[in-house]
Amino acid sequence: MESKLGLDFDKVASARAISAKIAKDVQTFVEGYTTIAVERTLCRLSGIDGVDKNDVPLPNVVTDFLKEHGVLDQGALYYLGNAMIVTGKSPLEIAEQLAKGEIDLTRLAFHPDEEIHSVVQPYLVNAIQKIQANRKRREHYISTMGEGSKPYIYVIVATGNIYEDVVQAQAAARQGADIIAVIRTTGQSLLDYVPYGATTEGFGGTYATQENFRIMRTALNEVGEEVGRYIRLCNYCSGLCMPEIAVMGALEGLDVMLNDALYGILFRDINMQRTLVDQYFSRVINGFAGVIINTGEDNYLTTADAFEEAHTVLASQLINEQLALIAGIPEEQMGLGHAFEMDPSLKNGFLLELSQAQMAREIFPNAPLKYMPPTKFMTGNIFKGQIQNALFNEIAIWTGQGIQLLGMITEAVHTPFMADRYLAIENAKYIFNNMQDIGNEVEFKKDGLIQKRAQQVLDYAMILLGDIETEGLFNALEKGIFANVKRSKTGGKGLSGVMKKGTHYFNPFISMMINKNEL
Amino acid sequence: MSSGLYSTEKQDFDKNLDLKKVKPYGDTMNDGKVQISFTLPVSCNDEAIEAAKILMRKMGLDNPQIVYYYQLTDGFTFFNGYGSCRHEVDFTGIHVPKVESAVWDMHEVDDFIKTHIGRKLRVIGASTGTDAHTVGIDAIMNMKGYAGHYGLERYEMFEAMNMGSQVLNEDFIAKAIEWNADALLVSQTVTQKDVHIQNLTELVEMLEAEGLRQKVLLICGGPRISHELAKELGYDAGFTMNSYANHVASYIAQEMHNKMNDYSGM
Repeated sequence: MESKLGLDFDKVASARAISAKIAKDVQTFVEGYTTIAVERTLCRLSGIDGVDKNDVPLPNVVTDFLKEHGVLDQGALYYLGNAMIVTGKSPLEIAEQLAKGEIDLTRLAFHPDEEIHSVVQPYLVNAIQKIQANRKRREHYISTMGEGSKPYIYVIVATGNIYEDVVQAQAAARQGADIIAVIRTTGQSLLDYVPYGATTEGFGGTYATQENFRIMRTALNEVGEEVGRYIRLCNYCSGLCMPEIAVMGALEGLDVMLNDALYGILFRDINMQRTLVDQYFSRVINGFAGVIINTGEDNYLTTADAFEEAHTVLASQLINEQLALIAGIPEEQMGLGHAFEMDPSLKNGFLLELSQAQMAREIFPNAPLKYMPPTKFMTGNIFKGQIQNALFNEIAIWTGQGIQLLGMITEAVHTPFMADRYLAIENAKYIFNNMQDIGNEVEFKKDGLIQKRAQQVLDYAMILLGDIETEGLFNALEKGIFANVKRSKTGGKGLSGVMKKGTHYFNPFISMMINKNEL
Repeated sequence: MSSGLYSTEKQDFDKNLDLKKVKPYGDTMNDGKVQISFTLPVSCNDEAIEAAKILMRKMGLDNPQIVYYYQLTDGFTFFNGYGSCRHEVDFTGIHVPKVESAVWDMHEVDDFIKTHIGRKLRVIGASTGTDAHTVGIDAIMNMKGYAGHYGLERYEMFEAMNMGSQVLNEDFIAKAIEWNADALLVSQTVTQKDVHIQNLTELVEMLEAEGLRQKVLLICGGPRISHELAKELGYDAGFTMNSYANHVASYIAQEMHNKMNDYSGM
């Protein structure tokens, strides 16, 4: 590809090679461990769902029991499979018995590993087939009914009430939205369980539950058929339940999921060991389900300076790309994140943003890049905000971004009103149409400000990646390399849920999903 | 939609400013002009537009004009309107409690502390409760600051610790004790159903229970916070939008100085 920025693609290739080493180093750690969230995910994949009489989700009942008995390191499937042989019951029935205190999984006669592997197999195949069916449903919809053109218009709904969210989401789809994200309630990322059932109360968002996913998916199918365009549904894997939410999304046909351990480490203070192990399995599931992952690099720039820290975004994207590849996610499903967050008072800020967006496009040519709107410098002056969002939209169409998370004029004021969303979509559609081919028509001056900026960011990113490679990602995070935030390897939330895999441990999904086994 | 663009409407109101009867200003004193936008939960038709005008009259807006309308989806219509507000405000009778201290820049604050207090002040900050947003506390505390105003970390005479977001009140207090903080800064950015009030109140109650409340300066900030609200909740001060690190720093320096003098006089 001819670079409009005069980028040296040999440098890009060597940045990738360094990133691959960093990612491999992380993966070596990840493969030796499991977490309580991974085990709950395996419970769900074996068909366990529902809650006990105290509203504790049954997957938690199983994993908490095994953890209390100090045997969770052998894996939930090992104990469930063994109990299936002894009792002849299904995993769900066993979990229900456990919730009533009618069975003790650790005091049954133990059967050989091979027997246990084969008794759980039909349940695993069932889960795989459900996920494949959802993937086919999406592909069928897109091939028969079509989809919006890129950049996909992505808007959020955040009423706290899933039924009100449906009204807002369907209105947005009719106005032109291609992706609806249901923002989660404040604090859900720090819950070590996933709430159950339809919910109508939340703070600043709506609980991610499997039933809420189902309700919204049904509503978007309905409105998609009405407008003749497939409408994607997005939710958030980030937090202490990464793989669990990934599997619920896979089972309910979600299309886009935020999935970024680095985001959780830096911005939610989740323990890095915990969330990197969780991330791997959640990405394997997302990859298999055909879900586009969104990474959270844009958030670095809401904390650190968007001009000074641009190279940290690129470095993180490169590492995230390699971690995603290891988990079997193809480039076409990598919604790597970046953002339009420079101070509006910066001279030539638009040109610098344009340069960085074009750089991301050229370095990740097949990725549906997720471009985030101005938030840090939105002031409550809604009239200026509409212009800031317009500049952001111009860069998106100019540089061929994949997923455009529309800015709202009322950013920093309140969660979007129905009319705010309409104004944002009208803004984007006007610009996307009116400037459609500007990227093909306009070239950048050789060695001008735009070209030089991109080259400089790439150079800085190379230096940073070299440092991270020397330190290892864990140490680099301890030193505050991203977003100026320092996190300790043994600090943060969720470390007690990390275990070294025991001798009987097995998780057959990883290879089934990465190899895309057709069943 | 252009009716009123070149209005020949007779303007028979008093065009002199009277601070006892202040009205919105468009382009003529006391014209009362207001712009407004809202959505009604009805489909778009003549009745919907009439309903919007009736609503505007009920809001106190005379001569309501709907200049733009659009059906957002079945059953919802968006309106932009203009009208003349018939209400007026007595500006002379208003009293808003506010932080009374002088506002200095970073160097002035540092100099004042060096001269009058003679030691570094320790400030600990956090976005507490479920609030995941650090933008407010970062703007005040981080080295970089916000909009050209350096944060407290940059000040020579402050030791600043930013605990970040979603900090529990008990953890916040424990850290303040361990670190022997002079001032506590609490940020609340996003809130729903007034959860920020409960959270701010809980912190005051916990500090009182620990016998710490009078030993520290307790300050809160955020877009929904006012100084008046902060005082009501038992805080020493509250800072709202458009406050920067130097506002907070000036206040802390002066208030700490006042406190020292109070104690030395006892």
